Amino acid sequence: MQYHHTIGKKTYRFSDLKTLLAKASPHRSGDVLAGLCAESYEERVAAQITLADVPLKIFLNEAIVPYEEDEITRLIIDSHDNLAFSIISSLTVGELRDWLLRDETDTLILKNLSPGITPEMAAAVSKLMRNQDLIAVAKKCEVITSFRDTIGLKGHFSTRLQPNHPTDDPKGIVASIIDGLLYGSGDAVIGINPATDSPAEVNNLLLLLDTLRQQFDIPTQSCVLCHITTTLELIRKGAPVDLCFQSIGGTEQSNASFGINLALLDEAYQATLSLKRGTIGNNVMYFETGQGSELSANAHQGVDQQTCEARAYAVARKYKPLLVNTVVGFIGPEYLYDGKQIIRAALEDHFCGKLLGLPMGVDVCYTNHAEADQDDMDNLLTLLGVAGCNFIMGIPGSDDIMLNYQSTSFHDALYIRKVLGLRPTPEFEQWLIRQGISDKHGKPTTQPDSRLLKEMRALWIK
Amino acid sequence: MDKIEPRQSPMDDPLNVLKEFTAARIAIGRTGASIPLKQSLAFKLAHAHARDAVYSELDIDGITANLQQFELPVLHLHSQAAYREQYLQRPDLGRQLNEESIGQLTDRTTSGVDIAIMIADGLSAAAVNSNAVGLLKILIPQLQTAGLKLAPICLIKQGRVAIADDAGIYLNARLSIILIGERPGLSSADSMGAYLTFGPRPGLTDESRNCISNIRPHGLTFRPAAKKIFYLVQEAFKRKLSGVALKDNAGLLSEP
Repeated sequence: MQYHHTIGKKTYRFSDLKTLLAKASPHRSGDVLAGLCAESYEERVAAQITLADVPLKIFLNEAIVPYEEDEITRLIIDSHDNLAFSIISSLTVGELRDWLLRDETDTLILKNLSPGITPEMAAAVSKLMRNQDLIAVAKKCEVITSFRDTIGLKGHFSTRLQPNHPTDDPKGIVASIIDGLLYGSGDAVIGINPATDSPAEVNNLLLLLDTLRQQFDIPTQSCVLCHITTTLELIRKGAPVDLCFQSIGGTEQSNASFGINLALLDEAYQATLSLKRGTIGNNVMYFETGQGSELSANAHQGVDQQTCEARAYAVARKYKPLLVNTVVGFIGPEYLYDGKQIIRAALEDHFCGKLLGLPMGVDVCYTNHAEADQDDMDNLLTLLGVAGCNFIMGIPGSDDIMLNYQSTSFHDALYIRKVLGLRPTPEFEQWLIRQGISDKHGKPTTQPDSRLLKEMRALWIK
Repeated sequence: MDKIEPRQSPMDDPLNVLKEFTAARIAIGRTGASIPLKQSLAFKLAHAHARDAVYSELDIDGITANLQQFELPVLHLHSQAAYREQYLQRPDLGRQLNEESIGQLTDRTTSGVDIAIMIADGLSAAAVNSNAVGLLKILIPQLQTAGLKLAPICLIKQGRVAIADDAGIYLNARLSIILIGERPGLSSADSMGAYLTFGPRPGLTDESRNCISNIRPHGLTFRPAAKKIFYLVQEAFKRKLSGVALKDNAGLLSEP
């Protein structure tokens, strides 16, 4: 279907929905690199005005990646809940934006709507929204998940403790974990990016994390972020796998470049569920995404990077994940050039994910060749705290010495909890109090006198 | 004024004893919820070094003068990325030579050579400015002693790794080695990588290359780096390939 809009004497034509979505996207380097972005400020707004008038029903009939060619499109269409959709089925994209912002559109209505929203609808409406709108609507969403603690409750803010080490040295990793726990970090997960994907090494790390967790009875879950095939192999060998991790993309081709497909994800999901290691809940998957990964794999199929990202959330929600993390600034300046683009992308991802019913966290991060610094990350962190983001990363001093990028520090999480009055998960907070890491009001103590600290020497594992 | 909290000073941090196990920024103390100023400035300085490295410029004159000792012609080339901001946003342009550079190479088309050595700024010109010549002083004599014929050395501005494919084909080289500045980390703004490609030609991807990373005085030093590169060169010529297939069988590469 062709779309067009006239401004003054100029008529802008958009050959299909995919093109319209791309041209309506706020400017970012990845869409320029892909040759998809609007060619002028005016064309971008013309596309947004055009997009505002597109009925949502069109999205169910015009696939932006052909149904026959892409299993994610098939997943999106085949799993679409028409009943949930009915409340917005008569609206256009622009009307949806206004409807989402209405006071009457509350947490429960948004929760019930989520299976009726497709990723493309979420992406489309986000393109018409200012940062403020993205925050206001996301804040109304509440996506709660659980395994050994309860993540995503309003008023709570969690962290993934990320104790990476360049050679996976167990002592180095444990040193960072202890540091992080004493700052109240790790209630979303203690998750290591391993330096190698070798099953034996990954197994050692899993055992290390599990021993530590059990020794101190920490109400959290652990994860080693290896390839899903490695996790599957280790599950079969009886390794203590709490969460199954995988990076995912929004096209079948991009997932092929990650060495995965839906059948493999199904298999890994079932295998991890069967371990029944969760004590209070059974959300067992941990997914990571990030705008630009489809383009980077040359698998974007002419779709802008933000819409591709939203499509990845269709993959994620099939598996009721505990955590979905958009690693927003890791990919580099050829996709998100500066602090402004990183912040915008993070707010879009958080909004789209939440609207689609996902427990969204954000890796608030940047690389040294991006035009960004700690001030940009402080801005983003604060915005996400206000928006009700489920979790961020916790890394010693913001400096990941294995992945060579900068993310949020343990201190950053304390800051956001303090200024916005947010707390760790209820179960984890009780543990922090029992450990003497927090006082009885949940405030971090100045000199933790915890068992963890006293017994840390007993932790050294061969 | 409030009393200063005991944990403000990292010296008092009870986790100081753990620092020997990791270079991560643990046990840095806190003031309120925040990172103490001294630690905050240390981080800022590391980031400043990395940022300066990204915007550093290839020292064409200095490197060219130092390369004279090898008695090889030196060519000055440029990618299609005209300036740094464009380079950062358009990796595709950094992978291709500009017209003037192609002209220079086609003007001097020669019979084939064994190896084309190139030096490109990549994401840290500072890295190659300080490390490229030092490595070549060891490597080039080894290659020459082995009877390998070398192309003119190319200095390439605003270049990415794959520009070696473009240049390699114009130089009619059987194998390319490109020394290039790696993305600066907070602890290392001067890290140089060496990428080796057998049969360079446009369209190759990273799996066709072998990479020796972290070449710098405080990382992989010149002598072992040259040894690894020389080993890979010999193996690549012997087996007529480079990349994943070569690396898998190179026991020497697993040595520290």
